Amino acid sequence: MQLHTLLVHELSELMEKKEVSCEELTRDYLQRIGQVEDKIKAFLTVTKEEALAQARAMDEQRARGEALPPLAGIPMAINDNICTQGIKTTCASQILYNFIPPYDATAAARLKNAGAILVGKCNLDEFAMGSSTEHSAFYSTQNPFDPEAVPGGSGAAAAVAVGEAAFALGSDTGGSIRQSAAFCGVIGLKPTYGCVPRYGLISYASSLDQIGPITRDITDLALVLNTIAGRNAKDSTSASVDGPDFKKSLVNSVKGLRIGLPKEYFKTGLAPGVAAKLQEAVRKLVELGAVCEEVDMPHTEYAVPAHYIISCAEASSNLARYDGVRHGLRVEAEDVLGMFKKTRIRGFGAEVQRRIMLGTHALSTGNYEACYMKALKVRTLVKRDFERAFEKFDCLLTPTSPTTAFKIGAKAEDSLAMYQSEVFTIPVNLVGVPAMSLPFGIAEGLPVGLQLIARHFDEGTLLRVGYTLEQNTSEIRPKPGLSR
Amino acid sequence: MSRYEAVIGLEVHVELKTDTKLFCGCSTEFGQEPNTQVCPVCLGLPGGTGVLNKKVVELATKAGLALNCAIGTYTWFDRKNYYYPDLPKGFQISQVFRPIAYKGYLDIDVDGRTKRINITRAHIEEDPGKLAHAGGSIAASHTSYVDYNRSGMPLIEIVSEPEIRSGDEAKAYLEKLKAILEYTGVSDVKMEQGSLRCDANVSVRPVGTTTLGTRTEIKNMNSFRAVQQAIEYEVDRQIDVLEDGERVIQETRGWVENKGITITMRNKENPDYRCFIEPELDPIELTAEWIEGVRATIPELPDARRKRLVAEHGLPDYDAGVITSSLALAEFFDAALQKYPDAKTISNWIMGELLRLLNARNMELNEAKITPDGLASLLQLIEKGSISHKIGKEVFETMFEEGQEPEQIVKEKGLSQISDEGQLARIIEEVIAKNPKSVADFQSGKKQAIGFLVGQVMKATKGQANPGVVNTMLQEKLGK
Ligand SMILES: [Zn+2]
Repeated sequence: MQLHTLLVHELSELMEKKEVSCEELTRDYLQRIGQVEDKIKAFLTVTKEEALAQARAMDEQRARGEALPPLAGIPMAINDNICTQGIKTTCASQILYNFIPPYDATAAARLKNAGAILVGKCNLDEFAMGSSTEHSAFYSTQNPFDPEAVPGGSGAAAAVAVGEAAFALGSDTGGSIRQSAAFCGVIGLKPTYGCVPRYGLISYASSLDQIGPITRDITDLALVLNTIAGRNAKDSTSASVDGPDFKKSLVNSVKGLRIGLPKEYFKTGLAPGVAAKLQEAVRKLVELGAVCEEVDMPHTEYAVPAHYIISCAEASSNLARYDGVRHGLRVEAEDVLGMFKKTRIRGFGAEVQRRIMLGTHALSTGNYEACYMKALKVRTLVKRDFERAFEKFDCLLTPTSPTTAFKIGAKAEDSLAMYQSEVFTIPVNLVGVPAMSLPFGIAEGLPVGLQLIARHFDEGTLLRVGYTLEQNTSEIRPKPGLSR
Repeated sequence: MSRYEAVIGLEVHVELKTDTKLFCGCSTEFGQEPNTQVCPVCLGLPGGTGVLNKKVVELATKAGLALNCAIGTYTWFDRKNYYYPDLPKGFQISQVFRPIAYKGYLDIDVDGRTKRINITRAHIEEDPGKLAHAGGSIAASHTSYVDYNRSGMPLIEIVSEPEIRSGDEAKAYLEKLKAILEYTGVSDVKMEQGSLRCDANVSVRPVGTTTLGTRTEIKNMNSFRAVQQAIEYEVDRQIDVLEDGERVIQETRGWVENKGITITMRNKENPDYRCFIEPELDPIELTAEWIEGVRATIPELPDARRKRLVAEHGLPDYDAGVITSSLALAEFFDAALQKYPDAKTISNWIMGELLRLLNARNMELNEAKITPDGLASLLQLIEKGSISHKIGKEVFETMFEEGQEPEQIVKEKGLSQISDEGQLARIIEEVIAKNPKSVADFQSGKKQAIGFLVGQVMKATKGQANPGVVNTMLQEKLGK
């Protein structure tokens, strides 16, 4: 059986019926990893032994007649910027090349408790700073649809797309989850800021970072979200309410739903193939009974520079702890200041250093008002754009990225051009609302992603629209060439 | 009279008395094995995000209110970015832009007059870890050790306006501040355990001018007395510099206790801390009702208690001031008064014997074995005439050191006062026989000669005779 082509809820069913053991399932995925990982390079660490041990333990549990948790035996991948106890967590950085966290991130712990089996830790841009994995200190991940294209900022999307994991956890500061899901033809959700606890997510920009799931269908998304969402006593920014049951949002209807199409997102730089798919999606939604209308979001163009300043400013502070004193790389020097400097110069890659310097500049006396404070003001204006739009609309529909996956090397040297590929996902992080990228067909051989954006804590509407499209079109779930 | 005036502001860090740290559940207990009270949050491990300890907000508010501060209903935390090995995250979480408490004051007594010192602000912040250098200083060491048990402990920093004018005033300010914080129960305020630390900003200017001189910041002072002495030294040093026609350099200086001087620690400008709002924590929002609820839990403070001791018990203001300067002393007084209703006598014993012994032995009241009940019993024995005042002092010292009941000490040491006339008559006869000259003096009208004779009887009884009874008996024997 080709278990790795099945969905999470299909695998769960097999598990429940005892048609497959945890170990069989895990071995199938590990075999798949062995088959494609040479080319894809989605993982920085494959946790073969740990995964098999966990699977065997769960099989023994089942043999004793004990009830199994909801995600029992389901192989998952986790991005390498999310802490996993006893398993190397590098953030794709030399500075954390040997860091083994003594604790699990809350989201990882919840999945572990739900029975999911970690098969590996995925590649990303160093400290999640980038949109292509080209800034990983170790290697780049390949797009499963095109060996010359990037997979987006998260290797986890590529891993899920080719069946190296049934689902994955990624992080989203400017769009990594959604953009890489769009580029790899899978579903990626950035939940509302605070919906999933950030405890254990290695901070890049704390006010923007959010952990979210990457799956192959909407039902799977609901299952994973049910497990990871909800309050955490250890994270001050986590929501104070327990999440609803997202399975209840799997409703096949968008009748009467008001969907806004932000004008500013359809203006310039949109690839013709992407634009065409978007129009097709709108037609489909209208056909299914939704009301789609244009909406003004006048501050959209300022979102990218504001996000750039805020994320770099926060990063310059968040990354100060990598000084060689406690964990990770230490480069010895004559004195303590020398150790700090040499460790950081050798440990951080060029893009990370660039953003630390930019952030330091933006926060320094004399620039604070003109840079950082101004960016915060823009953030407020962008929030108002969304508030106004949501007075009229239940959700917004945009392209996830202006283009399909770009070629490896095309933007690696141009930090700003790279940043522009997240121009449609970035405003969402500034505002904190939930957004999802949904695959919608292929343009010139590469997947196209739709972005759906909803009000704070209204992930349910995103699932509903996604589920309806999934049930009524054949555009969802493109199969990557590599999976043959 | 000096031509110069000193301008001094104090920055006092006080560790709040909570069971757990500011942003994590680690214990705050003092003196444990290094790095045993740590977790991903207070170690600044990648991914460690914390949650505000609500008790800290309550204690900080209480301290602010006790210092007559306004309390901010909407404040937040900021990051202060700098690198040091004891700072695990590379930034300190503090309240830079909006302190929880601001615009307060406290009144101090110096040279018999009261002076108000305004308090600029009191804000919450986290403590860094603690460094131990193999070679004395970080620069001179090949190896240094860091203990992060202290990392993330909750502090409030209380900043005074530069309105203090002398080392004496600084000491009085610190004593008053300590008493208020101790009364409110927000901190242990123990300088020797580091739960109270003080830095001083010192400058001088010609009397009559209003512009501020260049200031230095003085660190490493480990007692109130050290603060006082360091300030006195630094003021003199700066005046000498100016008198020599030179300029004071803005720098941080360290107090060297055994030499009694301050020396340069760093003369670099303050670093740019690049402060910005802490993005991982929610703001602190307080309602007026909640603040009033905290205010209601503040007990009677030193000034009010002092006034009450004067008004209700007729104590001299000075005595009341000394007794209320420490909560322990004030409570000792009140408890003794419950059992022995003569406030002035109790006060005399506290001001005299108790403080004398504490100072001589360099002890805190809680280290002494004497109890308020014990003191009351002792005073009753003296009042009944069972022992003399003089023997009482002896018994007090035993109680102070060993903690027995006074009756027991009197019994064991055979210190009971002899009031029995039959017992005394024989001794008085002997004294009269041995001192004919004094007897003659007395009988010829030199009344004061009787004092010598009483003294001789006391000596013969090793102080146990009741001096009143002896006096009366002598007068009768010698025929007035
Ligand atoms: Zn801790």
